[in-house]
Amino acid sequence: MNQKTKAISLTCAVMMAAFMWNTQSHAAEVGEKEMPLMLAEVSSVNTFNVNLKKPKSRNLPPAEDGIHDPENEATHSLQHPLDAYKGLPPSDFGNYVDWVKAIDEGKIRPRWDRADPNSEPFVMDLDIVRPVKASVPDVVFPHRQHTEWLLCSNCHPAVFVPQRLANQISMSAILLGQKCGLCHGKVSFPVETKTCRKCHSKPKPADWEPPLSEATLKNPWK
Amino acid sequence: MSSKIKRNVLKSMIIGVLAYMGTLGVPQTAQAEYADVVINNYADAAGMRPAVFPHWFHRIRFRCKVCHADLGFAFKAGGNKITMAKIIDGKFCGACHNGEISWSVENCAMCHSGVPGQPTHFHGSTVQRLIAPAYKPLQVKDTTK
Repeated sequence: MNQKTKAISLTCAVMMAAFMWNTQSHAAEVGEKEMPLMLAEVSSVNTFNVNLKKPKSRNLPPAEDGIHDPENEATHSLQHPLDAYKGLPPSDFGNYVDWVKAIDEGKIRPRWDRADPNSEPFVMDLDIVRPVKASVPDVVFPHRQHTEWLLCSNCHPAVFVPQRLANQISMSAILLGQKCGLCHGKVSFPVETKTCRKCHSKPKPADWEPPLSEATLKNPWK
Repeated sequence: MSSKIKRNVLKSMIIGVLAYMGTLGVPQTAQAEYADVVINNYADAAGMRPAVFPHWFHRIRFRCKVCHADLGFAFKAGGNKITMAKIIDGKFCGACHNGEISWSVENCAMCHSGVPGQPTHFHGSTVQRLIAPAYKPLQVKDTTK
């Protein structure tokens, strides 16, 4: 771009900015010298937690939930989630129902077989402890809660190799919907601050200190 | 103004408009149940509303294993390329929605109840809540080869 076009584009930009200013704040009416102290209009980007869109209400009936079409007649005959959740143990996330507790307390009896209501799952009670590099508590994976809902083949061997130290799991992978994130963060309890400690539940040993980073160890001004 | 600048301005305006239109397709204000799945692989193109699958309703009645192991549902929204032909043959939804275990398929609008034009997505999923949500359209692979 040569010098001339640069100058032209700069002038254009300045003119456009001036035009916007004029139309928005009528600053032209006030001379530059006697311009009173103006409180800048707070931009919406400065509002608290712009990225945190809190739902105004939760467990809405299908016709009001935004994904069902209220113009569809059958939408209005679909069940209201709150009717189904009556008496189920509450939680602070997801559907706001503690599904595992509901099954443990016998509040719901979901079938293990499509057609046979008496079929029972093969529940395996085995906890797997996974040490975590970072300072958050170590992960305890309980097979019991998982085998109540799922079959071994749902996870093994495609998602998790049933072998010690054979699985690389990171929170980034989980957040992107891999490994645990295949279900957690979609249908089983979500991945958010309130749920960290559901997995990260085993405190570090009393003498555990966070390992110092390479940059700290090599810092010549230490 | 040189034609190059004009072209650049035009280009950025088009990109801006396209980016805005891109956000319109994604339901931003929906407050549906966690884990509601909208499936719109073929519905819109066939002149039907997209199908909505409520996980919450089904998990009260069945464990995950029934659909995700016995019936072959993938752990992915829209990952099964379900068609009505498969359903009436007793596959996927049709394994139960056959008038025996649950209501039959002639209740079209019970499933096909979504707002038209929505992309296939998993409502309330962590990936969708991330600050830069990334929707990937279904990769249709030709399995007949």
